[in-house]
Amino acid sequence: MTDNIYMPYLMKVERITWEAPGVKTFMLRFLNEEDQDKFNFKAGQFGEYSVYGVGESTFCIASSPTRKGYIECTFRQTGKVTNALAGCEEGSVLGFRGPYGNIFPIDEWKGKNLLFIAGGIALPPMRCVIWNALDLRENFKDITIIYGARSTKDLVYKHELKDWELRKDVKLITTVDPGGESPDWKGEIGFVPTIVEKIAPSSVNTIAIVCGPPVMIKYTFPVLAKLGFSDGNIFTTLENRMKCGFGKCGRCNVGKVYVCKDGPVFTLKQLKELPDEY
Amino acid sequence: MNSDRRLIRKDSLEKLFKALKQNNKTIIGPALQNGKISYKISNNYSEITSDYIQTTQSSKEIAFPRTEKILAYSKNAEGMSVKGIDIKDIPEIVLWGVRPCDAIGIGELSAIFNWDYKDEIFNNRLSKVTVLGFSCSKADEYCFCTSVGGNPGNTEGSDILFTQLGENGDYLAEILTEKGSLIVSMAEALFERAGKVEKEKFLVDVPVRFNHEDVRNKLTTFFESGEWVQQSLKCLGCGACAYVCPTCACFDIQDEAHGKSGSRVRCWDSCGFSLFTLHTSGHNPREVQSQRWRQRIMHKFSYMPDRLSVFGCTGCGRCSRACPADMNILEHLISIQEATV
Repeated sequence: MTDNIYMPYLMKVERITWEAPGVKTFMLRFLNEEDQDKFNFKAGQFGEYSVYGVGESTFCIASSPTRKGYIECTFRQTGKVTNALAGCEEGSVLGFRGPYGNIFPIDEWKGKNLLFIAGGIALPPMRCVIWNALDLRENFKDITIIYGARSTKDLVYKHELKDWELRKDVKLITTVDPGGESPDWKGEIGFVPTIVEKIAPSSVNTIAIVCGPPVMIKYTFPVLAKLGFSDGNIFTTLENRMKCGFGKCGRCNVGKVYVCKDGPVFTLKQLKELPDEY
Repeated sequence: MNSDRRLIRKDSLEKLFKALKQNNKTIIGPALQNGKISYKISNNYSEITSDYIQTTQSSKEIAFPRTEKILAYSKNAEGMSVKGIDIKDIPEIVLWGVRPCDAIGIGELSAIFNWDYKDEIFNNRLSKVTVLGFSCSKADEYCFCTSVGGNPGNTEGSDILFTQLGENGDYLAEILTEKGSLIVSMAEALFERAGKVEKEKFLVDVPVRFNHEDVRNKLTTFFESGEWVQQSLKCLGCGACAYVCPTCACFDIQDEAHGKSGSRVRCWDSCGFSLFTLHTSGHNPREVQSQRWRQRIMHKFSYMPDRLSVFGCTGCGRCSRACPADMNILEHLISIQEATV
C-alpha cells in the first residue's frame, strides 16, 4: 500500500465544528492506528482530502503538530469536493494524503516576536502555526494576532478567538470590514492593512506571517515595509490549484518553483524573485 | 553494459516476432488503422508496418496510460475498503518499432515521475516493457531530433535498437540492456555476428535547426517577452499537442463512482486548457492563452532542464503535425533563439 503514492489514509470524521456560513472544521482520526503512529507533519504543510466517489481537494492541515492523535482541516463550501465534504457527518470515512510541502521555519523564530496577520478563510493555514507557537510559548517573545473578516459572522474559530483574547500572553486584534460589524461588536472596524497601520507593531526582532485574500496581502506588504519589516522576515503562503501534491501533475508551478514542493510557505523575498504568475 | 552489435536478416524479424509470442510476450507495434499509424497489440507479424515516419500517438501510453485507475474503493456494511492497483495485472510487453525520439522520451517522462516522490505505478508499468527501437531512414519537415540532442539512430531508451542497412537490407541490432539480451536469448540463432558496419550512413539526415542550450539560455530572460502573445495568437487551447507529446506528463485526478463503489483515475491533462490552473475562487494564474503557451515552452526548455536535468522535448514533431491551427513548434523555437530581447 505504501508503494502507491496516490493511496490516501482512511480517516474518520470525529467532530464537525460549524465556523461561519459555509465554513466547517473537521477533526479527523486515522482509522488505522499504525498510520497514526508513523504520521508526522510540521506547521505549514498541506494534504489532499477526499470524498470517495467525488474527488480530492487541497487544503492545509489546520491543527498544530503539537496536538497528537488527530488532524483538523477547515474548508469553505465552494466547489464539487468541498460541497461533498460539507455533506459528511460525524463518523463518515474520508481519504487523506499528505503531509506535503515545506514548513514555517518555526525553529528559526526562537527568541523573536511573532506577528500573525490573517484575513477571512486564511486563518486556518495560520492557525496551525499559531497553536504550534502557543504550545511552545516560552520559545517566543510577544505574540500578536491581527485577524479580519468581511463581517462578524465570517470570522472563523470564534471560540478560539475568545480564548486568545483572554490569554495574557497573546495580543489579539480582530477587525471587520466597514459595514460588517454587529451592534455589539467591540473589535476594530476597517480593512486589515488599515488596522495593521493603525496598530503599528514594531518590526524589531519580529517575524510577520501574512495569510489572506490576494487583495489583503497586496495592501498589507507595503504597510509592513513602512513599519521596517525586511522582505526576508515576512512569510506568506501561496495556494495554487493542485492535483498530486508532489510535483508531478504540473499545474501549481510559478516559473520553475513548485508551490507543492518548494512552498506553500514563502518569504516576501522569495515571492519577489518569482515571475508574476500566481 | 556496452552494446553488443549483431546482424539480423530482414526475413528473420518475423521469426523473432514468433519467438517472442511463443515466450508469452504481448507485442505492441505500429499498425495502419483508419489511415493512421497507431501502436496496437499485434498477434501476427503481418499487422506490423515498417512504412512510417512516426506513429500518430507517442508510445508514452505504455507506461502512462491516457486514463488509468490508481485505486478502487467500495463502501459496505463494515465501512470502506480501498485497494491500489496490482502490478501482477500488468502484462509483460514488447514495444516493437519505437522511433529513437519516442524511446528517449521515456527517460524524460521517468524523470518527472521519479524526482522526489517515486511513482511506483509508472515504474511498475515501465519495468514490464522492453523497447525495440528502430532507427529512422526517413524524416519529414516536422522532425527536429538533432536540434534537441537526439539523432535518428540514437540508442538512448531502447533495449535493442535495429537499424536497417539500406532499403530492403538486413538489420543491425544493437543490444543495449539486460532486457535486450533477454529478447536475444529467446531467438539466439537469428542474431548473427555483425561485421564492421557504419550505421550512420544508413540514417536519414535531420538538419540541426536550432541549439536547445541557446534557447534555454534565452528563456532565462524571456518570460516577459511580447513574443509569447505573437506565437500563441493562433492557439485554440485544444491540448492536442500535449496529448500526442511523448514527454507531456501533466495529469488530472478524478473519481468515477458507480453506486457504492468506484475508482480514482489519473487522466492526461494539458497546460493549454484554460481550466488547468483555475482556482475555485475564480482567480487564474494563467488567464490567457499566451501565458499557457509560455508555460508549455518554458516547462520543456527551461524548468525541466533546471529542475530535472532533462529537456522535455525529443524533436518528434508530433505537436506540429497534430495542431489544427498549424502552429509549428520548430519555427517558434527558432524565433525564440533569434529574438533580440
